[in-house]
Amino acid sequence: MSALTALARLRAVREGRAQPAATVRHCHIAEAPMVFIPLRMAGEAAAPLAAMIGTDPGSPRLLVVPQPRDRDLRFAFAAELAEVLLPYVEGFAKETETATRRGAEPYERCLSAPQVLVPNGQAAAFTGLLGRSTRFRRAEGPYPVHPSVPVLGRWLTFFAERAAYPGSSLLVSATDALALHWTSGQSGLEDANLAALLGWIDPPPGLTGLRAAQEAEDPLLWPPAGPATDPGFDNEVLAPAIEGYTRAPTARAVERVREAVRTQLEPTWRLVWRAAELLRGLPAGASVTRRWEYDRGAFTEFLGRVAEGGPPQARRDGAVAAASRLARMERARVSFDVQRAYDDPLIMAEYRLTGEAFAGEVIAADPEHTEGEGRSRKLRPLVTIRTVDPVRLAAGTAVGTPDRRGQEAELVATDGGEITLKITKGMGRGKTPSPGAVPAVGERVCYTSLTDDFQASASLPDPDLTPWTHGGPPEEWVPDDADAAEHWE
Amino acid sequence: MATDRLDALRGPVPPRPHDARAIAALAANPGCARRAVLDAAGIDKDSTARHLGFPAPFGQSRFAITRGDVFEAQVKANGCAGLLRLLREVLGLPIPLVAYHDAADVGAHLRHAHTRALIDRAARDSDDAGTFYDHPLLSLEIAGHTSYLEPDVVAFRLGGRFHIVEIKSFAVIDGQAEPAKVAAAARQAAVYVLALRRLVEELGHDPGRVSHEVILVCPENFANRPVATLVDVRRQLAVLRRQLARMTGVGDLVSGLPSGLTFDLAADADGVPTRPVAELAEAIGTVAARYAPECRSTCDMCLFCRDEARDEGSTDLLGRHVRDELGGVAGVDEALALAEGTRGPADGQEEIARLLRLADRLRAESLEPAR
Repeated sequence: MSALTALARLRAVREGRAQPAATVRHCHIAEAPMVFIPLRMAGEAAAPLAAMIGTDPGSPRLLVVPQPRDRDLRFAFAAELAEVLLPYVEGFAKETETATRRGAEPYERCLSAPQVLVPNGQAAAFTGLLGRSTRFRRAEGPYPVHPSVPVLGRWLTFFAERAAYPGSSLLVSATDALALHWTSGQSGLEDANLAALLGWIDPPPGLTGLRAAQEAEDPLLWPPAGPATDPGFDNEVLAPAIEGYTRAPTARAVERVREAVRTQLEPTWRLVWRAAELLRGLPAGASVTRRWEYDRGAFTEFLGRVAEGGPPQARRDGAVAAASRLARMERARVSFDVQRAYDDPLIMAEYRLTGEAFAGEVIAADPEHTEGEGRSRKLRPLVTIRTVDPVRLAAGTAVGTPDRRGQEAELVATDGGEITLKITKGMGRGKTPSPGAVPAVGERVCYTSLTDDFQASASLPDPDLTPWTHGGPPEEWVPDDADAAEHWE
Repeated sequence: MATDRLDALRGPVPPRPHDARAIAALAANPGCARRAVLDAAGIDKDSTARHLGFPAPFGQSRFAITRGDVFEAQVKANGCAGLLRLLREVLGLPIPLVAYHDAADVGAHLRHAHTRALIDRAARDSDDAGTFYDHPLLSLEIAGHTSYLEPDVVAFRLGGRFHIVEIKSFAVIDGQAEPAKVAAAARQAAVYVLALRRLVEELGHDPGRVSHEVILVCPENFANRPVATLVDVRRQLAVLRRQLARMTGVGDLVSGLPSGLTFDLAADADGVPTRPVAELAEAIGTVAARYAPECRSTCDMCLFCRDEARDEGSTDLLGRHVRDELGGVAGVDEALALAEGTRGPADGQEEIARLLRLADRLRAESLEPAR
């Protein structure tokens, strides 16, 4: 939160409509994402009640557990979910490209990757819980389940874990993605309601955002987007339907439960697709492709792991695994923030506000300025910029610019609103700069001290060498029947 | 007298007793005078909000209630046998022998006195046998009114101390539970700890014999098997004490209110409120609220106060983060006018006005190419 976003919220209140929070799109939106809207039985940790899922807005598939307290029905639901999700996921394994990495063997990477769209953050968390409750199951032994169930568990866990990485688009929560691009005239807490947030962003004709958001809070008009259901619906509609099924588990009783949950899911189904459409309407930011490439890499790697029949993800990370995961997440956070600022002047404005970036007009340039003599003579153009931004950068600071991403410069002097820079990197070997390489007088430019330089993470010991301060080497996990038989009541 | 004034505010109905959840919620928004006055007067906020046309958005699903009851019954079955196993095995507490007393044995009207007697006897007793007290009834004085509280179980003599046991039906999965739910349980348990400490003190014993560590019992993973965890509630206790002390000082708030003011719903013989809504809304409006979006999870009046904040064009509506960023500027129009330069800063607003002007310029510049 900054004065800029606070101001955007105020404007949204006055205009009665959400205000842009970004000028470009910062997440990848697939052509045919798989929309997944899970519902949970109230009072239970991870008892699925129903889900609407599919890649075609016109034909959703509705999965229902007519008695969510019945263990067998839950696993039948998981198997049915696997039937929809696994072919979608595995379909991306077919087409690959050879990717090269500096200092490493070339490897195969899938040309595209699956994308799961859920309505909100709780649905993403619930996806993780569903994964946790199914990934340790086994197809043989005392409590056998359909062979697809443990595989589904691994994939759901994978998606939920990737969602914790800033900038990843494998599992996208609609409310989070929308809030990244639009600022509503309500509080952040209220933004977690998908219908209300969309009301501000895209009110129906004739309604203000405020009015649309108010209507969205009525569970009769707009059922909650899940996974929690409306208590009124539970008590008046769902409970009698489930009781009916318990008394007589007939096809008609199942149909009654199906129709009940359908009314709760259909409005959200339309909203999630609308959210995808709105996001797709924004031009993609310059770094979106690069981040999606990482996602494709992570997907390909995990695909290999599943294909090799690797063990399910651990319940808890060991010390070394946890430290390295945290380092990767921190690294992803920094990259995501910096890349968004470079891609989007509205995000860069946040840094101009705090003095870590400035924009202005070039008032003087010495493109052929050099340093050193003889063979070590190097082109170091000087540029002076006039700005009215409150710059808080000291001489000697390294700066970069979104307009010329390969270049690096150094702040030489600041004199009131006049700042002189020396371009230190990315000028090539020539004696004179190539045309356009140095900003010309009159050009509007922006420089910032933010950089997305790769920082090697701290070196961590091999898990086998975990020091006693961190619990010693973790015990190796051996799958046993106890995990597979874990109750799911 | 403040009590007379509070009675007049409530009208001719008995004060609404607070349960632990309501008392815990008092600490959630200590700056709200409206909530302090309504609670001190024992006003039924739920009915009030309903009558005003802004029913609170809290409902509980039958499924959740059933699940909670089933789990609690399971933990307490056979004289808390399951609980004993947990305390022995999971917490490693040496409990040699365990007695079980059900304070509800004597009938509702005597439960509090019975609880008192049981606790007194336990505190005097010198042998170190463990005891579970089921269905105890404690009391806590809130601004002159006594509220009765029902902790799930009190366990005695774990390391020489009384422990509050709180049974909740949210799951602990691989050692982790939802932080918001754990926090709410801790706030609620702190209310019981405070009530039990007051009781022990009244009986002439050391209040320190009531532990600040409560035992939270939840289902583990996806099964119904319970798991116990010790939760330290010292911080919640401190907040609660401060807030209760403040409520005793509610007299100052009340004495400033116009005489003749009442929030009486004027219920008819069937209990249907007959008070004109506009009149009631105006009466409530005389006591200032401090709305924050967080009220939506703790206060019955939240939607009424939100609507009021909206009509006033208050920046409270957008959340505390936004309000902080605006340097405390209270009005949406005022903040926008400062940002757009159509209004000069008042004394002390120069800094925030400068920042908002800058933010306004940066926003306009950044959005230009997009348009």
